Amino acid sequence: MSDRVILTGTDLRRALARIAHEIVERNHGVEGLVLLGMRTRGAPLAQRLAATLQELEQRAVPRGELDITLYRDDLARRRLQPQIGPSDVPVSLSDRTVVLVDDVIFTGRSVRAALDAIMDFGRPASVQLAVLVDRGHRELPIRPDYVGKNVPTALDEEVKVRLEETDGVDDVVIRRP
Amino acid sequence: MDVLIRGGRIVDPSQAVDEVGDLWVRDDVVAQVTPARPAPEGRRGLLVIDATGQVVCPGLIDVHCHLRDPGQEEKETIATGTRAAARGGFTSLCCMANTVPPVDSRAVVEYIQRAAAADGTARVYPLATVTRGMAGQELTEMADLAEAGAVAFSDDGKPVIDSGVMRHALEYSRMIERPIMVHEEDPALSAGGLMNEGPVATRLGLKGWPGVAEEVMIARDLAICAVTHGRLHLAHVTTAAGVEIIRRARERGVEFTAETTPHHLTLTDEWVAGWRPNGQIASPYDTATKVNPPLRTDADREALVAAVRDGVLDLIGTDHAPHGEVDKLCEYGAAAFGISGLETALAALLGLVHHGDFGLSLLIRRLTAEPARAFGLPGGTLKPGAPADVCVFDPDASWTVDPRRFASKGKNTPLAGVTLRGVVTATLVGGRLVHLHEERRSMTTGEGVPAA
Amino acid sequence: MDRKDVLDLDDFSPDEIALVLDTAEAMREVLSRPIRRVPPLRGKTIVNLFYEASTRTRISFELAAKNLSADVVNVSASGSSVEKGESLVDTIRTLQALGADVVVIRHPQAGAPYLVAPHLRGSVVNAGDGCHAHPTQALLDLFTIRRKFGRINGLTVVIVGDILYSRVARSNVWGLARMGARVILCGPPTLMPDFGVNGHRAGLPPVEVCYDLDRCVKRADVVMALRIQRERQSGGLLPSLREYVKLYQVNAERVGQARPGALVMHPGPMNEGIEIAPDVARGSHSVIEEQVTNGVATRMALLYLLAGERSGLAVA
Repeated sequence: MSDRVILTGTDLRRALARIAHEIVERNHGVEGLVLLGMRTRGAPLAQRLAATLQELEQRAVPRGELDITLYRDDLARRRLQPQIGPSDVPVSLSDRTVVLVDDVIFTGRSVRAALDAIMDFGRPASVQLAVLVDRGHRELPIRPDYVGKNVPTALDEEVKVRLEETDGVDDVVIRRP
Repeated sequence: MDVLIRGGRIVDPSQAVDEVGDLWVRDDVVAQVTPARPAPEGRRGLLVIDATGQVVCPGLIDVHCHLRDPGQEEKETIATGTRAAARGGFTSLCCMANTVPPVDSRAVVEYIQRAAAADGTARVYPLATVTRGMAGQELTEMADLAEAGAVAFSDDGKPVIDSGVMRHALEYSRMIERPIMVHEEDPALSAGGLMNEGPVATRLGLKGWPGVAEEVMIARDLAICAVTHGRLHLAHVTTAAGVEIIRRARERGVEFTAETTPHHLTLTDEWVAGWRPNGQIASPYDTATKVNPPLRTDADREALVAAVRDGVLDLIGTDHAPHGEVDKLCEYGAAAFGISGLETALAALLGLVHHGDFGLSLLIRRLTAEPARAFGLPGGTLKPGAPADVCVFDPDASWTVDPRRFASKGKNTPLAGVTLRGVVTATLVGGRLVHLHEERRSMTTGEGVPAA
Repeated sequence: MDRKDVLDLDDFSPDEIALVLDTAEAMREVLSRPIRRVPPLRGKTIVNLFYEASTRTRISFELAAKNLSADVVNVSASGSSVEKGESLVDTIRTLQALGADVVVIRHPQAGAPYLVAPHLRGSVVNAGDGCHAHPTQALLDLFTIRRKFGRINGLTVVIVGDILYSRVARSNVWGLARMGARVILCGPPTLMPDFGVNGHRAGLPPVEVCYDLDRCVKRADVVMALRIQRERQSGGLLPSLREYVKLYQVNAERVGQARPGALVMHPGPMNEGIEIAPDVARGSHSVIEEQVTNGVATRMALLYLLAGERSGLAVA
């Protein structure tokens, strides 16, 4: 097993800063926005983005966390079920622009599950998707609106995003089996 | 037809015999016992059974079994029940009177005798009920029934609740010289009980049938027996406290007989919770463990074993109680009470001998000479001239209980899947080979070997 | 969860119980949403097979199943199966043939769920079998306690009432002992079963038995009142309900003697004025209504863990 760093901590933080600017640009400010981080690592990313947006626009942006386990469509592959936890969506999503935040987009199925979850919380005006890494191999017609870095990968490789909040360090590595 | 059973360990407690030898049968009776000799060469008219390494004893006598015939033939018939008996080494059965209709008239006694003569594989001695219809009120015509052939009287399945009726029955028994066999249970204390009252019942949420419900009736009936000098036989004693009451009555000189069962000597209430030997665990609520009186604690079991050893309890009766699937494949509370025990009794009891709880000769005595004495039956002995009712068994052979292979229609045994040591290989009634174990056909040579 | 059935709490490890409670926490959040529905049991059929009349438990299971997008069928069979003519085993075989994924069974006879579990490929959940067990009630009680105190270990729980006939008491004894709480059972001797010496002989967890509520309530972090049925008086087990109320009613005075922050619980339905005083049932210590909400969340957690489409560590 070998790890290759494709984004250093500095690269990662710069990418997040750029994404924050793009969000502001595209939405003409932050009015009506809600950031929803997808567990697990989407949550601290959403937190960082919310902090940056607040700096840029001098306005607090509501932020929540989404646990999508109950919406997954994966067939049984392993006996272990991941622990499900409560979602935390502090404001109504109806008529707002939801920016969904995740660390990596791959097949697109997790985002599909997140969209189902969002619809159960209300009827947002629109949903945009921000990801740190797009590694290709989509299985559903889903595309992110904001991407930190496009990284072509082989199917048997793993893309691991590490964050200070969860892993003690900021970087992105490709792990080869 | 003559029979030679050669080379076995002949254990006949009625004559204090325990030695290796040859047993000769001529014209349906025991002729003699000689020291072991080599087998005679092809003599005409002689069936030779090779019992080397096995035990040869009088055919076992069961004073307590339910043949369900007449009236509940789907559970058992006299034919299937006696075949089961033969497989278990029993050559005489006293069948209980709680049939449908109950045995409270001459006609039913005679029916049983005819059926046994026509289809029976073992000797059958019917009991009649103590009260008409087992209603606990009016005594049956005991003298007439005794003359017809009833060897004892019992409302077993139910207690005789009315003390006055019990007293009269015991007084009457002196004249007819037949035992009154009593099922001891005070329904006010046992009402609704499904298993022994205690921590296991607490855990399983099942209503308890406390030992005291049995003990108060034992005490009552022994007191009445002492005063009336009647012939009392206590069926299936199951508790340590009950044994104590019996012991003290004997010390006071009261005369009576008392029995316990193979399952009460070997199983406990923990079996209802799924406990099995060798650390195995079965599913709880196995209705095959549901029996009346219920399986008790291990302390009770040990007291019963000691009582059998000391003679405080005279004999062991199987209380064979076959039931069909419809009565047992249901909720514990709805299931019928009873264990099908004829075909496992000897092997289960041999476990106690292997364990050192008592000797083989004592066990055989409790299954042969004592039942014969208590109920005044012929048999239980191998003395010359006695009917050739013989049981041959291999005390060490292991087998796993599979109720589907029972001859009895009753497959309800908690021992399903349990490994026992002790196999009845051959049984003779009146010199006729009525059972030969399918895996032991090579035991026999000469004439009269039954077709496979 | 590595099991097919939930028949009793006696074979749950502390880790398994914690898994159920943690999952119930997530389900509790689902219940707080505008749309209280999630899809993991879509296409599954859950049959409520209730041989005993019950409103609250049946509705709780029904809502739990529906909130997980399952299809629910309610079968209520009155009287014993033998009276109806179809045996319990035959009924289960029929449900199996009809495609039941989970059968939730409530039955007046102890052991009934054990009889049927081997005959169903799907899961059997015991919603109460005679006096034996009510595992989902104990799980929701544990969930309620944990939510309030943040823990269960080290707490003292007094269960007061008709212990002899109570499946709720038995299941709570198992659950609380597994999670490290101390259990005190309180009630009149005629309604107290035999636990054996130290309760160990039958494998029961150790419990303390007390006949004097005023004495043991002082140590209580939780007071759980059990329903007293009027038949106990006519059955001769109680001289009168009036005497029971005097000695064992959970009233304001007794609750005042309990430890600070003590909870008052009741599995319902309540006989207000008998085992519990009306003002206590609605008072500040009472979490009885929360128990009901937590019941749906706990049952959702259990159904999800038993029958939910298992998700592997899937690709994003």
